[in-house]
Amino acid sequence: MEPTSHSFPANARAGLADPILQTALGLARTGFPLRRQQAIARLPEFEELREEGRAIKDHTLANLDFYLELYERNVTAAGGQVHWARTAAEARAAILDICRAANAKIVTKGKSMVAEEIALNDHLEANGITPVETDLGEYIIQLRHEPPSHIIAPAIHLMKEQVADAFRAAHTELAPARPLTDPRALCDEARTVLRPRFLAADVGITGANFLVAETGSSIIVTNEGNGDLTQILPRVHIVITGIEKIVPTLEDTATLLRLLARSATGQEFSSYTTLSTGPRRTGDLDGPEEYHVVLLDNGRSALLGGEFQDMLRCLRCAACLNHCPVYAAVGGHAYGWVYPGPMGAVLTPALVGVAEAGHLPNASTFCGRCESVCPVKIPLPKMMRHWREREFAQHLSPAVYRSGLRLWVWVAQRPGLYHALAGIAGRVLGWAGGFRGRFRALPFAAGWTAVRDLSAPEGRSFQSLWAERQRREGRR
Amino acid sequence: MSAARDDILGGIRRALRRGPLPADTTAELAGRVAAHRRNLVPARAAALDRAGRIDLFVLMVEEVQTTVARVSSEQDVPAEVARYLAAENLPAELVAAPDRSLDAIPWETRPLLRIRRGRAEADDAVSLTPCLAAVAETGTLMLASGPGTPTTLNFLPDTHIVVLHASQVVASYEDGWDLIRARAGLSPNPPPAPSSPSPASGGGQGGGEAAAGGSAHGADRVGAVGPQALPRTINLITGPSRTGDIEQRIQLGAHGPRRLHVVLVEDAPRQG
Amino acid sequence: MPGPARVALLVTCLVDLFRPSVGFAAVKLLEQAGCTVEVPRAQTCCGQPAYNSGDRADAKAIARQVIAAFAGYDYVVAPSGSCAGMVKLHYPELFADEPPSLARAQELAARTHELVSFLVDVRGLDSVAARWQRTATYHDACSGLRELGVKQQPRRLLASVDGLTLTELPGAEVCCGFGGTFCIKYPEISDKMVTDKAADITATGADAVLAGDLGCLLNIAGKLSRRGSRVEVRHVAEVLADMTGEVPAIAAPAP
Repeated sequence: MEPTSHSFPANARAGLADPILQTALGLARTGFPLRRQQAIARLPEFEELREEGRAIKDHTLANLDFYLELYERNVTAAGGQVHWARTAAEARAAILDICRAANAKIVTKGKSMVAEEIALNDHLEANGITPVETDLGEYIIQLRHEPPSHIIAPAIHLMKEQVADAFRAAHTELAPARPLTDPRALCDEARTVLRPRFLAADVGITGANFLVAETGSSIIVTNEGNGDLTQILPRVHIVITGIEKIVPTLEDTATLLRLLARSATGQEFSSYTTLSTGPRRTGDLDGPEEYHVVLLDNGRSALLGGEFQDMLRCLRCAACLNHCPVYAAVGGHAYGWVYPGPMGAVLTPALVGVAEAGHLPNASTFCGRCESVCPVKIPLPKMMRHWREREFAQHLSPAVYRSGLRLWVWVAQRPGLYHALAGIAGRVLGWAGGFRGRFRALPFAAGWTAVRDLSAPEGRSFQSLWAERQRREGRR
Repeated sequence: MSAARDDILGGIRRALRRGPLPADTTAELAGRVAAHRRNLVPARAAALDRAGRIDLFVLMVEEVQTTVARVSSEQDVPAEVARYLAAENLPAELVAAPDRSLDAIPWETRPLLRIRRGRAEADDAVSLTPCLAAVAETGTLMLASGPGTPTTLNFLPDTHIVVLHASQVVASYEDGWDLIRARAGLSPNPPPAPSSPSPASGGGQGGGEAAAGGSAHGADRVGAVGPQALPRTINLITGPSRTGDIEQRIQLGAHGPRRLHVVLVEDAPRQG
Repeated sequence: MPGPARVALLVTCLVDLFRPSVGFAAVKLLEQAGCTVEVPRAQTCCGQPAYNSGDRADAKAIARQVIAAFAGYDYVVAPSGSCAGMVKLHYPELFADEPPSLARAQELAARTHELVSFLVDVRGLDSVAARWQRTATYHDACSGLRELGVKQQPRRLLASVDGLTLTELPGAEVCCGFGGTFCIKYPEISDKMVTDKAADITATGADAVLAGDLGCLLNIAGKLSRRGSRVEVRHVAEVLADMTGEVPAIAAPAP
């Protein structure tokens, strides 16, 4: 999808003004953190596991070439095929080729953010192939022709009435007057409508949460079972995934799996964690005949060895989104691309450029909640700051902020001048606001006073009062 | 696509400011993989005895809306299945895995129970399968695909019944990986040496075959589990299918089964 | 209590300009804890605005000034988690690839503390002699909480204030939306965040809200005041130092 991250401020304002979105966000804002907290409370070793998870990922990234080559050998030995894609275009082309070779008309899809990243659905449709999203959230947004707003709960921005509207408009073969007022009915209808699509699919495409180098396996972690039906029913199974998903061994994978569901939804383990290794074996009664893995770079390898390498540890659990007050205020669409929230604020500039996505790492208070809940300890605020450093060096921030900062910094390095100005400002503002104790409006502070009062200074600066006290007490 | 492969691997090395890894490093890494040492395994299940593990499994799996019926032997399985289907108001028919492990169950004691052995088809309402293991830590069933255990049985029908023997209950996922390796006839997780080298160094423990290079077909035995030995699909199933995608309210039976029922057969502990 | 200590007060620009009473409350508390307090004249700002704007060069210049100004004291104490965090955690990060400056930054960092955690964790204080007949709720400012582990210490000391009942704030650990330059660059998002915070505070029914960072407090007080709330907003130091009778609450009119 084409990024609209450059319009983040306008996108954010739209999100703030949307009452349905605000209601939907309100549901998620407290639910996710509470459930995560409850899950971790039951696992005393959680903090140790976070440290182990971080170490496993760092070790893998430092030796990523070795593990990718090992993984490829094992996929091939199991009868699968690995395709390497430097760019989104190469990945789309590889997938289209496989689908064409399979004479695919219908392709079912499990939820994959990488597939969104490369805009796969549009490409398939443009080439006469029908992609059918099967994850309930992804299916709903596919009907509504909108992008996902959350990396694990794509339709989190919607209330049930909007889902019902989308179903009524799309499922015209069903009785128009049927009741669709509760989520149970909506879920049942999706199940009924999608089951024939699963069975009719020629190709099934999934993402991968992990790729196990030791065994050449891809792993999906889901709750619905749609990813599994996507990959076992069609003749061809394609996995589209980033190169950073590699994990060395099954044991390492178990460690990361213990972190993932707890961090994402507060579950002990997701309903379905599935390892797929190659196509069906001789004698198997079901399973795909072909198994393909498309390994996507698209800017990931460039992050190695630099300030942003830690971002490649990301498990895509969405804990950072779920705990971010900015995400909770504006929702995922405001970020303008595939990856919202704190992880999106770091990853999006890396993949689409800081000129396009520069707002995202700026729209943060650095409260640090994201980093504190990240299962693999990614220092998200630090990397957002690195993006700000790049923007500063490239003069990408608005001139008014730059010059305001210049002025502040200039004065701050001249303590004598600073104290004199502070004294004057304190006196003036203290006098102006003294009686009421606050300003309802103030020139140059309109952004603040539009929505809040500004406390009046007490009238003297601390330094001048302290100097006076020192003189009174005969000290210096 | 080999140009893409070379570019990506080259890009990785350039970013890491090095060339391809030297042979001693790749040998070390290969050794680390071959040793597949366990990381921290939570004490929750690992510290329990057999009975405790089984109780924990039942506790955890019931938390995720799975029902459990404990029976004393395989003789009782047909009656329990018939009872369950009647209680759920389901027709007395099911598709069962062709796997030999179900052969000893005396289905003939319940002649009204119609059983087809095979993979699941679109209109099958109930399936019955064995499993490879059950992980007590989180109430997770481990099922492996194979000629006798088609994966469609786990996902297409609305109701999935799993026959689990008490001796199959293990503490952790790692115990499950060892079972998979054992089934494939490969070495289980080697015990730590008296003075273990650091995890990063690997050191070729239990990895006699951990040679750098040497890619013999199919048996590039850098890992102790050769991929030819791993089943096509391993499902770790923790409760029935569910979604919270609409207003954060959990609904069961999104696309996979809406009901998961475990028939736990209390058998004597197996040897080994 | 440990022996006498020579403490330099890092005033912080907001306290200096907007609310010197917080500085004096800090001095009083430090003196009660057996410290002599000095206020280096050459301090202005800790450098956070430059640092968080990506201007590392200026952040370093200001940091060097701070390091020089605070040399030689046993401790450096700030009535602010964000300023203390800047010195303690981020100065070493700033100079990570300049070994001589890094050593000086680390040396300063090791002696730098946020006020309330200094009183409790270093000086061993577990109570104060203060009186304030109120119910109050407490907002955990983000930097203090997550960078410096300030959580239990203010609650512990507040529990000893005569007449004061503390009630926990739901979402105490959620950011209030100040974020320094954030509230200027993204005012609507900041407004939403502080509106939610004000609603949470009001819902507790408490008479007052306290915190350890003046940025948060100015933000929260401004929103509560704009909404016509009667909830009193004060810095925790004012309460602990028994100075609530000496200065009106933040954004409140003089009595």
